Amino acid sequence: MNFLQYIGRFFIDLLAQIGRLSVFAKDAVVAIFSPPFYFRLLWQQMLHIGYFSLPVVGMTALFTGAALAQQIYVGGERFNAESTVASVVVIAIVRELGPVLAGLMVAGRVSSAMAAELGTMRVTEQIDALVTLNTDPFKYLIAPRLLAAVIVLPLLVLVANIIGVLGGFIIGTQKLGFNVSVYLNNTVDFLEAADVESSLIKAAVFGFFVALMGSYHGYHSSGGAEGVGKATTNAVVSAFILILLSNLIITVNMFGN
Amino acid sequence: MAYKIKLENVHKAFGRKVVLDGVTLGVEKGESLVVIGGSGTGKSVMLKSILGLITPDQGSIKIDDREVTHLAATKRKDIMSKFGMLFQGAALFDSLSIWQNVAFGLIESQGMKKTDAKEIAIEKLRRVGLTPDVAELFPSELSGGMQKRVGLARAIATDPEIIFFDEPTTGLDPIMADVINDLIVECVKDLGATTITITHDMSSVRKIADKAAMLFKGKIIWHGPRSEIDHSNNDYVDQFIHGRADGPIQMEVLKP
Repeated sequence: MNFLQYIGRFFIDLLAQIGRLSVFAKDAVVAIFSPPFYFRLLWQQMLHIGYFSLPVVGMTALFTGAALAQQIYVGGERFNAESTVASVVVIAIVRELGPVLAGLMVAGRVSSAMAAELGTMRVTEQIDALVTLNTDPFKYLIAPRLLAAVIVLPLLVLVANIIGVLGGFIIGTQKLGFNVSVYLNNTVDFLEAADVESSLIKAAVFGFFVALMGSYHGYHSSGGAEGVGKATTNAVVSAFILILLSNLIITVNMFGN
Repeated sequence: MAYKIKLENVHKAFGRKVVLDGVTLGVEKGESLVVIGGSGTGKSVMLKSILGLITPDQGSIKIDDREVTHLAATKRKDIMSKFGMLFQGAALFDSLSIWQNVAFGLIESQGMKKTDAKEIAIEKLRRVGLTPDVAELFPSELSGGMQKRVGLARAIATDPEIIFFDEPTTGLDPIMADVINDLIVECVKDLGATTITITHDMSSVRKIADKAAMLFKGKIIWHGPRSEIDHSNNDYVDQFIHGRADGPIQMEVLKP
């Protein structure tokens, strides 16, 4: 195969993949809004994606917020701007690090699990069995996962933001010598509604991509254990890329002007 | 003749690989048809095409004289309610208990109350020789033979008009295989269902079949009553039922 053929094949495969993913996403969204609704499965997924992700997301936010405060203090010293620690920490955490880090952690934890679970169901014919039992796999398997992730990720990011700011507060007041009330006042004064809005919008979009990638790759996996392994890897990698890309697009659109 | 299931000139290819190459086959109401053939001859693809899990490239599939070949998934609900299926690996849902597996179709598809569905599930489990204490276990806690029985109980739970059995005895010891064959015959007789079984196992053919058909390279090369399978005058059928390496069917085996 010559080089041009290789490039052509690559782009045709890429376009076909985007087409399949778009159709899958459309079918999944339609399944969310059409009965029957599986509330028990939705609740299970909300617990799985949200509640059980709290420890890992909380720890990530706490340590990142604390490290960020220290870095800003040291960097700010170079031009006598040490006092900006509280305001920069809150803006950085709420606008960027909270949603992105929470999204990435949940993608690592949840996309892979979804792809592995659905992939195993596919290769062991459990998804075919659902169809023969007159149950739509999109409504039973995909819709609850997608909806749960879109609902739960903003809540998770809200918690991550608070814990991240708390991390900065602990380092700022206990190690860097900031006054508690001054630090808190600076945090509140510099935080705007638009910051929180962007954080929550990003979280919902990231949640959609996390569940979509996990479901898509798992649902279409084939070839036994190796296929399920490949689906799991692809789910995490593609979720990471989509989170980072959509974060850039949302940030440029909301704060670019 | 009115057929319960009718396939006419059904073709299906995956890329360049032709799997079904003009399958024409009819199954009458209440008939038990067993389809035999080597691995990769298209048996499972044929079943999945009838179920709508795979869409044929060409040809016609009718259920009760209704064309279903290109029926959208959203319009298949009433058709699918006629079916039950026992999968090769049982395909039980890992996250659900045994009774929930058996009652799945009753609860999710028919909207039956859980307590009523559980009663029916336990009755169906008893029907396949499993005691009620199995009902609360999970699939991973059962042996392969028990999983097949649960799969059979799930297949018959909604009293379907049509049941498919995909290699029901594969992977089982000969005694358990015979038990499963007996259960299939009894359950099908009770329900009066129309069935298609695909298998390599000649003891299944002799026990389950009213009629048998042989699929080879995507075509039905022989179709007739079970009693005639030993006198089919078809070299392919003879070679297959006697399990001979020599004959018109040549396996692609790489020799050192």
